[in-house]
Amino acid sequence: MTALLKMKQTTSEIALSGLAAVLDLSGALFLADENVLLVADLHFEKGSSFARRGMMLPPYDTRETLKALRQAVSRFSPRAVIALGDSFHDVGGPDRLGEEERATLAAVQAGRDWIWVTGNHDHTLPANIGGEVVETMTLGPLTLRHEPEEGTQSEVAGHLHPVGKVVMRGRSTRRRCFLTDGTRCIMPALGAYAGGLNACDAAFEPLFPNSFTAHLIGSERIFAIARGMLCGD
Amino acid sequence: MLGSMPKKSSSPLPERFRRWFDSRGWQPRRHQLDLLAKAKAGLSALLVAPTGAGKTLAGFLPSLVELAERDSPPRGRKRVLHTLYISPLKALAVDIARNLETPVREMELPIRIETRTGDTPAHKRARQIEHPPDILLTTPEQLALLLAHRDARELFKNLRRVVLDELHSLVTSKRGDLLSLGLARLYALAPELTAVGLSATVREPDDLRRYLVAKPSVERNLADLVVVAGSAEPDIRMLELDEPLPLSGHTAAASMPAIYDLIAKHKTTLVFVNTRLQAEYTFQALWDLNEDGLAIALHHGSLDVSQRRRVEEAMVAGKLRAVVCTATLDLGIDWGDVDLVVNVGAPKGASRIMQRIGRSNHRMDEPSKAYLVPANRFEILECRAALDAVHEAAQDTPDARIGALDVLCQHILGMACAEPFRLEELYEEVRAAAPYADLSWEDFEASVAFVATGGYALRAYERFAKIVKGKDGLWRVRDARIAQQYRLNVGTIVESTMIKVRLGRTSRARPGSVLPRGKVLGEIEEYFAETMTPGDTFLFAGEVLRFEGFHEDEVLATRASGSDPKIPSYAGGKFPLSTFLAARVREILADPFEWDRLPPQLADYLLAQRRRSIVPGPRDLLVETFPRGGRYYMTCFPFEGRLAHQTLGMLLTRRLERARQKPLGFVANDYGLAIWGMNDIAAKQARDPGFIDTLFAEDMLGDDLEDWLAESSLMKRTFRQCAVIAGMIERRFPGQEKTGRQVTISTDLVYDVLRKHEPDHVLLRAARADAATGLLDVKRLGMMLKRIRGRIIHKPLDRVSPLSVSVMLEIGRERIQGEGADDILAEAEAALLDEALA
Repeated sequence: MTALLKMKQTTSEIALSGLAAVLDLSGALFLADENVLLVADLHFEKGSSFARRGMMLPPYDTRETLKALRQAVSRFSPRAVIALGDSFHDVGGPDRLGEEERATLAAVQAGRDWIWVTGNHDHTLPANIGGEVVETMTLGPLTLRHEPEEGTQSEVAGHLHPVGKVVMRGRSTRRRCFLTDGTRCIMPALGAYAGGLNACDAAFEPLFPNSFTAHLIGSERIFAIARGMLCGD
Repeated sequence: MLGSMPKKSSSPLPERFRRWFDSRGWQPRRHQLDLLAKAKAGLSALLVAPTGAGKTLAGFLPSLVELAERDSPPRGRKRVLHTLYISPLKALAVDIARNLETPVREMELPIRIETRTGDTPAHKRARQIEHPPDILLTTPEQLALLLAHRDARELFKNLRRVVLDELHSLVTSKRGDLLSLGLARLYALAPELTAVGLSATVREPDDLRRYLVAKPSVERNLADLVVVAGSAEPDIRMLELDEPLPLSGHTAAASMPAIYDLIAKHKTTLVFVNTRLQAEYTFQALWDLNEDGLAIALHHGSLDVSQRRRVEEAMVAGKLRAVVCTATLDLGIDWGDVDLVVNVGAPKGASRIMQRIGRSNHRMDEPSKAYLVPANRFEILECRAALDAVHEAAQDTPDARIGALDVLCQHILGMACAEPFRLEELYEEVRAAAPYADLSWEDFEASVAFVATGGYALRAYERFAKIVKGKDGLWRVRDARIAQQYRLNVGTIVESTMIKVRLGRTSRARPGSVLPRGKVLGEIEEYFAETMTPGDTFLFAGEVLRFEGFHEDEVLATRASGSDPKIPSYAGGKFPLSTFLAARVREILADPFEWDRLPPQLADYLLAQRRRSIVPGPRDLLVETFPRGGRYYMTCFPFEGRLAHQTLGMLLTRRLERARQKPLGFVANDYGLAIWGMNDIAAKQARDPGFIDTLFAEDMLGDDLEDWLAESSLMKRTFRQCAVIAGMIERRFPGQEKTGRQVTISTDLVYDVLRKHEPDHVLLRAARADAATGLLDVKRLGMMLKRIRGRIIHKPLDRVSPLSVSVMLEIGRERIQGEGADDILAEAEAALLDEALA
């Protein structure tokens, strides 16, 4: 057990409805059997979305998010990438992409299938952004959509931006996390400016009637934490 | 003919004013006449006077005289604003307005006086700009709003006088920065303006005199000074008990019966404490003893406004025997006949304690009467040092501030809302404000760039610019929506985000979960709520509550069965021990002749410390190491206040980790800190004699500090405040309240990104400047590290010394410090594995 703890792992493997899923430190999820990489809630151009309304957030969020995305893609070299909605913070987002960011995105897309699942922030996407646009899709046993639906099983979704908080001996840490019960997985938000919703929030309860395990993204590896170890904010 | 002129014309007071003074049996006081003369000569002035000297009347008298003497009030023509009064507290402005009404009514002066606060209805505010009163009483935030109004130039162009009340308290914060910029604009708008500042005694009156004359290129850049000599020496002493005080803790439980007796023996007592929590505790303890049913009330900032107002009114009406209160009552509301002030806990600063003592006996010629009540043995030292300072009338008010850049950003946007500006002109105007006198052109430009587009190297937001430079070279606000945004976000108080406390009910369907079904009990400070974890118990509004967690934007709590609240983070006070008192405490400690003046219990304790270890000299740092309970401890006593010690603890822990000394945690209080871990630092020091010196070397303020700041939650909180003040983040959207909690999340992420891409961005510089003196107190830590260089005395011990016991006792009471990281997660994960393997 000690050996297991000491082993440095930047990824973590779980079983999801019978498929092998690799949880990546970036917040991406790799389905090895399908050779597909899933990402959620990129919220590209959230900074400029706020700037439009007079709040001048640093305009570097899209390139930070792209950097994480690019690293995950080069780590797994998937045949396809599926972005599970809210990839842009608003429908005007694609138009505001800077030249450099647009080129980086194109480079990451090159040589593989790219699917944008629509979300509540980006219910429509322009054709020039590359890739295919769908509302929902299936992949083997899994349904992929933006907003998780109660009652369904075998689903991977985003939307809720889960974060887990752990308190030990008076010290606390709050990290983005994957939540899963073995059949459903709620993915963390990958966007640099995407905030988080505490995994203890009531919104998660109906999705996981038999509880869940949270996979918290640490600075060097992923930690599997039991529901009971998590604290509210 | 000269000879026939009536004699009375030699008096500066007009006839009806003299008659009014006579009718009250009063004589105009020297300083009141002095201020009148200064005003007539067109001079600004600072009035330094103790409480009860008739400061307010002195401040207003010149305005009343001038308004009374002006030509018959213009009929049909609208009035012009003559005098502006700025107070740090809304309640004070309202109170002063009430007090001014009396002479105006009794002398039948044709003067209209109004207040303008956040509570003033919108229609009245609009009317005040259209048809201003003669005298307007308001706050720094409202002044900023008025100055950002399109009609500001018209409104203020005839302003003659501005009265700044409680100036000593205003200038120590960002509100003071904001007010200084407003004052500079007032001088620019109103050529005939003079200012008068009303202040308690301060260490450097010249700082305030400079602050008052925010006028560029004038020869006299100091306001005149009028000083009212202090009253009779205060009758102040320490409350001494027969039984020994505990070595730590801040509740002063043992002293409550004695305090109760004092209340019973006096007419009206003000019991000052340092924090809301202490106020709650003291109030409850006094009522437990209150067999005579004395009217004892509670007053602190998080109580409901109407409740506070009731207490204030009862106080003025003389219906209360005692009020337990916090800093909310430090400022000058007139309290009538207080004949005793009791200060519970550490005094923290000499000037602070003198201002509090001044609340008793409002008649200047009688001595104020006060007791200092130490809550633990160390506080005896601090009380002793404070008593000495009071007798010498030594002051330790803080240094003048360097104007914050985030406040400047807010002001720049406000000025653009008022009217188009030229960059060079605004720069000159801003530098007339004392805190910004040394502002560089580069910093000013960077601030303007921030307001316009965020000021980033990547110029992505040009088309969204909030202020734009026109072809005429003038900068203008882009549209009315930006101006609206400015109005909603004005002000420098961010931390006061209050959060509602709702009583919860245990769910029947799901035992263990709590539903938000009960009533709202009141509000607590968000930062306090954030220190709690579910299960913690705390006192609120006289009840013991169990913290259950957050529900939406409220705190959910249940009534706790026990009567012994845990009260986490029971810090000694929001204010750290002043540098001045700290130095005095070290001197008393170092000089055995001084110990004679201390109560025997403390002298015995110090003698025991000398036998068992060492009593350090006034400039030394004593570091003790000892084993205890399977762990190794290191304690040290810099006496630099809790905030600086917390920062020191964080940095030492990081350095010990890097030296593979396996530190586990630390606690800090106002006097020192204790760190513990798995390795024996004494053994390490024996092998490597320079180890402890290196550990405390000044270079910890370099890379180690930088590394820590990257993830420090205190730094992120500091950054959040700057981001809100500067206008990067809104406090709220129109029609959509955004709670402080939501803002926290996003600014933490913004901080990470900004730090990575533009480490020298103006907002990060603003946050670092705040960290130097604010929550992290880095500046003071730096001074301490310099002081102790080459003066560290390491004393290896086989068991804990008397001195170390005091800080060791904080363990368990204080929250253990440390920023959580992967090690916590590993531990939590191990718990899951244990469960799986069991």
